[in-house]
Amino acid sequence: MSARTAPVWLTAGVVPLVNVAVAFLAAGLVVALIGENPVEALQIMLRGALGSQYGLGYTLYYTTSFIFTGLAVAVAFHAGHFNIGGEGQALMGGLGAALVALSLPFLPWPLLLPLCVLGAAAAGAAWVFIPAYLQACRGSHIVITTIMFNFLAATLLVYLLVGPMKMAGSMAPETAKFVPGATLPLMNQMAAWFGLTITRTPLNLSFIFAILAAIFVWVLIWRTRLGYAIRTVGANPDAAVYAGISPARITVIALLISGGLAGLMATNEILGVQGRLINEFTAGAGFVGIAVALMGRGHPFGIVLAALLFGVLYQGGAELAFDKPKITREMIIVIQGFVILFAGALEMMFADRIAALYARLTGKLVAV
Amino acid sequence: MPAPAIQMTGIDKRFGAVHANKAVSLTVEKGTVHGLIGENGAGKSTLMSILYGFYAADSGTIAINGKPSLIRNPADAIHSGIGMVHQHFMLVETFTVVENVMLGAEGGVFTAKGAAAVRAKLQALSYAYGMDVNPDAVVSELAVGELQRVEILKALVKGADILILDEPTAVLTPSEVEKLFVLLRRLAGEGKTIIIVTHKLKEIITVTDRVSVMRRGEMVGTVETSNTSPADLAELMVGRRVVLTVEKGPANPQAVVLDVKDLTVRDARGTIRLDHATFQVRAGEIVGIAGVSGNGQSELLETIAGIRKPAGGTVSLNGALLDCGGSDDPTALRAKGLRHVPEDRHRMGLVKPFEAAESAILGCSDEPGFGAGPFLDRDAVLADCVRKMEAFDVRPADPTLRTALFSGGNQQKIVLAREIERDPKLLLIGQPTRGVDIGAIEFIHKRIIGLRDAGKAVLLVSTELDEVLALSDRVLVMCGGKITGERRPEDTNEQDMGLLMAGVSSDAPKVAA
Repeated sequence: MSARTAPVWLTAGVVPLVNVAVAFLAAGLVVALIGENPVEALQIMLRGALGSQYGLGYTLYYTTSFIFTGLAVAVAFHAGHFNIGGEGQALMGGLGAALVALSLPFLPWPLLLPLCVLGAAAAGAAWVFIPAYLQACRGSHIVITTIMFNFLAATLLVYLLVGPMKMAGSMAPETAKFVPGATLPLMNQMAAWFGLTITRTPLNLSFIFAILAAIFVWVLIWRTRLGYAIRTVGANPDAAVYAGISPARITVIALLISGGLAGLMATNEILGVQGRLINEFTAGAGFVGIAVALMGRGHPFGIVLAALLFGVLYQGGAELAFDKPKITREMIIVIQGFVILFAGALEMMFADRIAALYARLTGKLVAV
Repeated sequence: MPAPAIQMTGIDKRFGAVHANKAVSLTVEKGTVHGLIGENGAGKSTLMSILYGFYAADSGTIAINGKPSLIRNPADAIHSGIGMVHQHFMLVETFTVVENVMLGAEGGVFTAKGAAAVRAKLQALSYAYGMDVNPDAVVSELAVGELQRVEILKALVKGADILILDEPTAVLTPSEVEKLFVLLRRLAGEGKTIIIVTHKLKEIITVTDRVSVMRRGEMVGTVETSNTSPADLAELMVGRRVVLTVEKGPANPQAVVLDVKDLTVRDARGTIRLDHATFQVRAGEIVGIAGVSGNGQSELLETIAGIRKPAGGTVSLNGALLDCGGSDDPTALRAKGLRHVPEDRHRMGLVKPFEAAESAILGCSDEPGFGAGPFLDRDAVLADCVRKMEAFDVRPADPTLRTALFSGGNQQKIVLAREIERDPKLLLIGQPTRGVDIGAIEFIHKRIIGLRDAGKAVLLVSTELDEVLALSDRVLVMCGGKITGERRPEDTNEQDMGLLMAGVSSDAPKVAA
């Protein structure tokens, strides 16, 4: 709440919506250029993503991963750091969850499952510790080190999955199946407990975890002393030193929380869907998290909305590529690129004009 | 009568909702030194930026030497014969004087020809105006006064007939100021036109022919300097009568609170910034530190406040030795009753993007009153800020307003409220009124004296000599990291202080504490 800024609905609602609208206009032009009807394409995308229980389930399943990685980027960002290693930290989160699940299969599920979730968070945090330490105490730039750690994580996982952790007798780079007590229930299974029937999709309990994580981050950043220290370090490190807050210590703590959140992304894919550790399961969610955090302006509420948008793009895009062979999978990536460009990189392009309009309509001067 | 050098008519400029210049008109006669004064945010920088082409005016016209001129960018301004000397010098430190002066006039692919031309011009100008600057000296090795002369030469070499100087004396010692003024008078005598933007009323009276006063975006008057006084100018600036003198009774010093012995501080490169400083501050007295900025005052304050680690020497508080920068970090020192108003509130004292209430708990966010356990209670933080804003008359009294949106004086009041309200035993206070409007200065000075009269020890650092002399019971002068002398304000004068500030140590006996 860094100002008598505009209300949250304006900064995290209207501004991103305008950006997204422009992105869709630009993408629509591209679709028109290759001879398809952009309106129809948009309809197919939206219907595919939101028009059925099946589509909605997949959309929210993608959304879950993006909430975790978006929150991870946001927490680091509040401390003034750009953690772009979410991809690697999420991969390690999967490894952490798998190590717990595979080494303690004898535990009862009320014990095993929380340990698996904790394992994911702890491994993600551990993976960011070295870059965090180097940034805090040696000034090595976190962007460089976390990128390098992404490659290290990917390589390490391949090594483990074709070697020590590979299921005996299998040709695939994956571990053995976890025991049922180490996996999260799917949403349709949970609905069945309450006597409801919904379509089976990969959407699972971790979606609830993601929402809880968003609430956790909001409380942490704006309602705790630690969050205050994190924001002070991020906004003015000299003032932090003056106040007796150690920027090095806060940097490490904030990045550990960030890495932990990224690691939790693995609960969706590994504990929720796969039930075993597979290679490259993050599928770029770590990088999408950067766009999600930028678009959500670092606010958990905005991040949940932005993650939902990217969920729609992923699921709707897949449907669109299926329905319209001329619009290939690559075209979908172009559309996503436009959203990232306008909502992430150019996020401030319309902000001033929207603030001016708001000021004219309400008579209140705000900074967006 | 010749046409005026500058005639700005009906200049109007808005930045969003801020009306920075409201139909301002300014006329400056050729061959005069003209002062432009006003409080922060009065619009004088905006007006000068428009004249120099940094901003375009929304409406209004500019005529230079009677000729209507369209100044769209600094290049146009230079072409019209306008030169600007910024408060923060725009020089490349690793270049020589010649290389700096020829920036923008290199004269082709190879620099030899341009350099020769610049060198010739430099020599002619130095001779004409008695400015003694070695053209081959590397800029980083020059003293501040010389840097300023290089800036002035730079403008003159580019053919400036009109010089704008923005706060030219902020970083100079009194004797350097004197030299500068002699130079300015000489330039004016040769037909150059000088505009000085400043907030120092005494200097305006000394050097200018005419003064224009701005208030809240409007030009409130232009007066002949010979017909005015600092008090009249202050009244024009603020819009009401202000007390420029500080009223205080005699001090009643008690036990020693702060005892500094041989304190030595090196910077990251190992250069000595503070050299064996030794002094004491007693309860119930204000000890002032005078000196040109950058002579070790910042290092002194920051070390005592626990932000830096000294290379040698000791600091004791109430007789107990401190481990400054080690186990006695700012948090630990606050617990011991040491409070610190930093010299630069924007860099250290506040977090500008935060709400005022959040800036008002900087360094205090761990106090139990602000929430249970790890949580911060927003209501408690807001309520605390409302109380402080009331006690210190902060305007607007809105704790949810972003810190950056307050004026300099009100930001400083927020910092002071935060530090003074916590009942310090020792208050370190740097530049208490830098960038603060005259109206608020009065209030801040009263608070500091009130603190002294309540039996607290106050260590005050200010580069405003008048302020140090007015507030302090004893004055220490620093130069080059050393304490070059100690005086009682009533036993000294500007010349004496000027010598000490320039590092000329005197053998005069120290005042008994």
